[in-house]
Amino acid sequence: MENKAILKLKDVSKSFGGIQAVKGLSFEVYSRNIQAIIGPNGAGKTTIFNMITGFYAPDAGEITFLGTTINKMPPNDIAELGIARTFQNLELFPSLTVLENVMLGCYVRNKLGIIKASLRLKSVQDTEKKVREKALEILEFVGLEKYADEPSGELPFGWQRLLEIGRALATDPRLLLLDEPASGLNPRETDQLGELIEKLRSDGLTILLVEHDMSLTMDISDNIIVMDYGRKIASGSPRQIQNDPVVIAAYLGEDIDASD
Amino acid sequence: MIKLLSSSKWKQLILFTVAVLLIPQILPSDYYFLILNIIALNAIVVLGLNLLIGFAGQISLGHAAFYGLGAYISGILTASYGWPIFLSIPVAVLTTAIVGLLVGIPTLKLEGHYLVMATLGFNIIVSIILVQWDAMTGGPSGLAGIPYLKAFSISIDSDRKFYYLVWAVLGVLFCLSLNLIDSRVGRALRAIGEDPISASALGIPVERYKVGIFVVSALYAAVAGSLYAHYVTFISPKTFDFFYSIEVVTMVVVGGIGSLWSGLAGAAILTMLPEILEIVKEYNVLVYGAVLMAVLVFFPEGLLPGIKKLWQKRQGQVHE
Repeated sequence: MENKAILKLKDVSKSFGGIQAVKGLSFEVYSRNIQAIIGPNGAGKTTIFNMITGFYAPDAGEITFLGTTINKMPPNDIAELGIARTFQNLELFPSLTVLENVMLGCYVRNKLGIIKASLRLKSVQDTEKKVREKALEILEFVGLEKYADEPSGELPFGWQRLLEIGRALATDPRLLLLDEPASGLNPRETDQLGELIEKLRSDGLTILLVEHDMSLTMDISDNIIVMDYGRKIASGSPRQIQNDPVVIAAYLGEDIDASD
Repeated sequence: MIKLLSSSKWKQLILFTVAVLLIPQILPSDYYFLILNIIALNAIVVLGLNLLIGFAGQISLGHAAFYGLGAYISGILTASYGWPIFLSIPVAVLTTAIVGLLVGIPTLKLEGHYLVMATLGFNIIVSIILVQWDAMTGGPSGLAGIPYLKAFSISIDSDRKFYYLVWAVLGVLFCLSLNLIDSRVGRALRAIGEDPISASALGIPVERYKVGIFVVSALYAAVAGSLYAHYVTFISPKTFDFFYSIEVVTMVVVGGIGSLWSGLAGAAILTMLPEILEIVKEYNVLVYGAVLMAVLVFFPEGLLPGIKKLWQKRQGQVHE
């Protein structure tokens, strides 16, 4: 089962107005792998994330997760299926505490209706207690347990990134999408982030990563896809990618067609 | 098993109950009961609206319509069709909730100004129906002959009797709301208010909750409206036009958005203010406006949170 593809994209395209953000993209993400997507700005990386998590519906093609087609599913249903994400520009709930942010992540596995909540039934309180405990465990895992009661907006930037990952983990995902998790982090924080991601993988999670920090990406990824202008121009192991002339050209702006 | 409140809230609530029971003993005249009763009715509307505005971050300028529907449906059923009140009020409240659902599903897809406009439009439509549907509503001259509430064999026909009833209803709804905001639903609502995109990425059904809390707020308004109808026994469309919608939103904002106690304070202050301003006679509207502006300029987060902050600051200075 090690090499089962849990997420499959087949000929997926998306355009905005006249701009084709993603063109005929196909790839698969294998269980317990760290799959990275790299490429220059505007290559369509975040658009891919937004399609996988249901914020955009693809114009064409098919996205399947664990055998279910998720093209037109709303984001909350996709989260329930087991895909969690973080955002490139942090999207925490700043006035809520650190703990409350993580507890919100637990929500999808412990739903509650308005009437039951108003009546404060015993079962509601019991679940609440369990949710709190689980959230504290997750905070401990990302190393923020001491700041549980601080408003999340007041944490230093790097910790907010960790908190966002913690909140995503609270949804009990099978697949975790990280959108530039190292941006804004200092080198030490980036190293810790790398360790955290590898630890998540060894705990059984599958990770899809968009990242600009090349040394981090090359260090931890099992496989890398390179995007340019909405197309996949290369894919392979970090070593293969580093030596791929097409990739080098895309990054350095060389005109490889000139040699034809 | 139902446990009505978490232990930490009991203290506040006991204080509230004691105050509600003590106030009648010290009031010099029955006129004050009228004001206290109107405060409670407004506070019930504000309570629901605060859940919608302060937590889910959705603004409605249409809640006078729900208040009016509650009043008119129960009023018409009893005055014109001879229904008993114990049936007419639940029917009025449920019907209004269904209207809230039907209005909420399309309008809550809108955001910000558009939502405000849509709910305002709904309020105007309801106002027009109340005025024009003469045969049913009594038209602009209003609907008279609505019976008083009856609890067992006691007719609730005085300001003093209604006081206990309406404050008890407010108390119960207040408890339910405290429970709600202190639950996973409350957190989900706040998340939706702060960042709906992130909330949906966490699996929170944003649309469903927005509509759900909109229906709850409509339901609260309908409860207040139907109680109002059987309190004053005569209702006319003017009470339920969009100026009242603006008034209750102002109460939410002036009291302090996102805290139920602040909403209660907002309802109390803005209901009493025009009465107090009687002393400045014809300038009362002017002063009323000036007071509102001053509050929003000096306490942008609302009166109660603002005063609390000032108080803490003073305490801090004393300690130094």
